[in-house]
Amino acid sequence: MNERPVKLACRHVWKIYGPHPERLLANGAAPTLDDIRRSDHVGAVRDVTLDVREGEIFVIMGLSGSGKSTLVRCLSRLIEPSGGEILFNGQDLLKAGAAEMIEIRRHRMGMVFQHFALLPHLTVLQNVAFPLEIQGIARDVREARAREVTALVGLKGREDYYPRQLSGGQQQRVGIARSLAVEPELWFLDEPFSALDPLIRREMQDEFLRIQNQLHKTIVFITHDFDEAIRLADRIAIMKDGAVVQVATPEELVLAPADDYVAAFTAHVPRAKVVTIGRIMTPGVAPETAGSLPASARVEDVADRIEAAGLPHAVTDAAGTVIGHVGARAVVDVLIGRGT
Amino acid sequence: MMGPQALPGPYALMRPRALLWPALFAVSLLLALLSVQIPAWLLRPPPTLMIDLAGATSAAMKWLVEDATFGLFTVKEATRAIATLVEVPYDAARILLVDGITEGKGRRATTIVPPISWIAVTAAMVALGIYAKNLWLGLLIGALFLYLAVFGQWESAMTTLASILIAVPMGVAGGLALGIAAFLSPLFNRILSPVLDLMQTVPTFAYLVPILFLFGFGPVSALIATVIYAMPPMVRITTLALRSIPPELQEFGRMVGCTPGQQMRKVLLPVALPDLMVGVNQVIMLSLNMVIIASMIGAGGLGFDVLNALRSLKIGAGIEAGLAITALAVALDRLSQALAARSGQGAVVTGNWTRRHPKTVAVLVLIVVTGVAGLVLPWVQTYPKEAMLSTRTFWSDLVEYINVSYFDQIEAFKDAILINVLLPVKRFLLALPWVWVLALATLAGWQLGRARLALLCLGLGLFIAVTGLWEQAVTTVYLCGISVIIAAMIGVPLGIWAAANQTAGKVIGAFIDTLQTLPSFVYLIPVIMLFRVGDFAAMIAVVLYALAPAVRYTAHGLRSVQPELVEAGIVCGCTRWQVLTRVRLPMALPDILLGVNQTIMLALSMLVITALVGTRDLGQEVYAALATADVGRGVMAGLAVAAIAIIADRLITAATARARARLGLAGE
Ligand SMILES: Nc1ncnc2c1ncn2[C@@H]1O[C@H](COP(=O)(O)OP(=O)(O)OP(=O)(O)O)[C@@H](O)[C@H]1O
Ligand SMILES: [Mg+2]
Repeated sequence: MNERPVKLACRHVWKIYGPHPERLLANGAAPTLDDIRRSDHVGAVRDVTLDVREGEIFVIMGLSGSGKSTLVRCLSRLIEPSGGEILFNGQDLLKAGAAEMIEIRRHRMGMVFQHFALLPHLTVLQNVAFPLEIQGIARDVREARAREVTALVGLKGREDYYPRQLSGGQQQRVGIARSLAVEPELWFLDEPFSALDPLIRREMQDEFLRIQNQLHKTIVFITHDFDEAIRLADRIAIMKDGAVVQVATPEELVLAPADDYVAAFTAHVPRAKVVTIGRIMTPGVAPETAGSLPASARVEDVADRIEAAGLPHAVTDAAGTVIGHVGARAVVDVLIGRGT
Repeated sequence: MMGPQALPGPYALMRPRALLWPALFAVSLLLALLSVQIPAWLLRPPPTLMIDLAGATSAAMKWLVEDATFGLFTVKEATRAIATLVEVPYDAARILLVDGITEGKGRRATTIVPPISWIAVTAAMVALGIYAKNLWLGLLIGALFLYLAVFGQWESAMTTLASILIAVPMGVAGGLALGIAAFLSPLFNRILSPVLDLMQTVPTFAYLVPILFLFGFGPVSALIATVIYAMPPMVRITTLALRSIPPELQEFGRMVGCTPGQQMRKVLLPVALPDLMVGVNQVIMLSLNMVIIASMIGAGGLGFDVLNALRSLKIGAGIEAGLAITALAVALDRLSQALAARSGQGAVVTGNWTRRHPKTVAVLVLIVVTGVAGLVLPWVQTYPKEAMLSTRTFWSDLVEYINVSYFDQIEAFKDAILINVLLPVKRFLLALPWVWVLALATLAGWQLGRARLALLCLGLGLFIAVTGLWEQAVTTVYLCGISVIIAAMIGVPLGIWAAANQTAGKVIGAFIDTLQTLPSFVYLIPVIMLFRVGDFAAMIAVVLYALAPAVRYTAHGLRSVQPELVEAGIVCGCTRWQVLTRVRLPMALPDILLGVNQTIMLALSMLVITALVGTRDLGQEVYAALATADVGRGVMAGLAVAAIAIIADRLITAATARARARLGLAGE
């Protein structure tokens, strides 16, 4: 994964609310949380540096008020950061002029909102076609495209409904379809499923993964729900008080939390959900195997298969080369938490 | 209920303050009793203090009209240009609805093309009603317009409708433009906001005088006054509606790359449309409200008929014209409300233009057909005189009957209230030394809003003193105060009842709606009939007119208390009464205060109108100034009313803010 190019990067991004944020940041200073609080400012985003790689699902998570929404709005420049750089395909977004920003947003970025942000006076189809309408695309062209993405999110047949006639989950499908209509390279989702109830939320997560498997977008996904994060994420950034505490894969977060805060977050997570068999395998080729599994498979997903077979399974890397083997005992160790 | 000793800490600190006002009241009583001993210069502002602001204003206006120039053109040319801008569309509307195209002047005029026939106008309104909501609304509106035709009010009503048709789009467009500008530019908003405050508090009469001066007597002046009067709420509603759009929607607009223009046209305005339509409804209602007042400076139509009847005490004719205005008001109100409700939910109909607009086509066809048929059959063009009904004598007889049969009862009731309530309060207030009243107002300002508010109260009070209108101002405060208290005593319980009970809510809502659609003057008609002239009649009219906001805001405040809070109360074991007094009412207090504030504003504006029934307050001053076209006097009296209104408004707003803060609600 490391070899994929960086799509979006931010370097030392700050967002400080209050009367004089520029004074706190003058001459490249890096004020501490105390400095900021004492001067009656709010440090919504503090010195965040991140790389989001092409095609990955990058999840930002943290407790309420930790600055997730502010950060993502800085990344999309809906909010002007107080300091730092934001590089989109290597170009500094903060230096782009108004017209250039409009162009970038029209063609290369999409965003899904927590409360859907659908236009109440437009039908599903018109809502989905709206970003294209803004670009001045002819009606029949944009409606044809809108039909396509509406079908993609499973709302075929409801094109002429108004948002108020749809359930929350359906409304968010419209929001997703709408943000996909322009085929963005970079896709922001700010707690897209938080306003939905748990069953629908799971269904939407599956749907989201299905769509991502087709489209391979670069995604910045915000959530405060750790279960959601580990289901979806390639990598997770954990935020606290505006700062990023750790950026890692779900597995690393669970097995090697950077501090107590992260540890507390991950404490209740069943290991089997995050640990991959690559981590628990025995290196080397086994004499006899029941089959082979990729190293990135999560224990939870393959546990049954490994246990049912009398023999160990071979473990292969991304290229398909056998790099080790894993047996039932290693799986049980993870499942019952032995030796961790 | 908790006893006072159980109140938490902060309240304990307020206890000495709670005693302060009763004590001050006692001192006031004492002062009033001793007023004979108080030197005159303490009792009334001494003449040496007075400044001839009225004279200066008159002189300034004279200069403005006669000599002032903007460099390229004079003020006179500017006003003339504005007048043309209004006059041309107004004439067009009159041609359509009232006059038709004629040749020649006066009696010898011959009609070349007749105005739209009564049948076609009524049909158009029915079609609009059906389009806006359903057949029932269409039928209601049709019936109301038929009423206008059958009872011989058609021509006056169409004259009025023509001016509404011109005033409303102008008011809406102007309000929208200013409202958008205020939304986009915080600086502009800060400048505009106090101007709007002032416009909403200066009584309409007061700006009739300068408009009369600038534009002369006639329908154009009346239209301009109407637009100025009806526009401020539209500005406010526009700004508010745009501000209350969820931030996510605004972000969404920017994220899809809207230009600022697209953002406004395609995202913000459509989303705000239902709210904006409420503003349009307001503009319509206020324009109708102005109809009678505007007839004082030259508007014809129903307003003129009412005014005429009031002046000559022709009760029957007055009621008839008043009912016609009411019919028009109800029709336009229901129609615009239905359109507002509809605006949230567009329906997509496809096909060519005629297919998509069957009703429009039908109405257009009807206009042409009845226009042509009317050339042969006069009754198609104008409703025939022989078939008209008149209720004039019925009303006159009814009033006479009531007055003859119940004279003693009515008189006894009136006297009781006059002698026991109105007169003592009036005497008490008038006996207070002006310095003391000023001190009390300043103190109230200090307590609620510290130095700023105290200074404002003091400054405005001094302004009233130096204009030499102190006595009239105190009379205004007395009449308005009593009316507001009575209106609140009736209105708040009604509001509570309306919120508590669905059926009651519907009935009261309909009642209040009707009250609110009546132009202020209409209230005078029955009041004059039953109670003739004087403070009592004025008070009754004011109470009726100002009642609505007290009911509305109370009901709204109670209804919009978060259901979770009410449930929390119920779960804690509150009885219904406790839920009301401990949860709902406290949470609704800011809304109720807002309602009282509105009631005061309405009462003040109505007072100017009740001057017609012979009160001796600032309203009378304005009315007299209008009659003599004395600009300075009218403006000063108007500003004095505005000063009172601003003091009341700011004090109540400060009190509301405190209530909100104490409830932990977000401050505004
Ligand atoms: N406009 C603003 N002015 C002042 N402070 C703000 C503003 N917007 C956000 N903040 C503060 O910045 C911090 C981060 O807010 P943010 O909305 O980014 O949090 P979040 O992680 O998205 O929380 P949630 O999960 O509740 O959405 C909070 O403490 C918030 O109070
Ligand atoms: Mg958030």
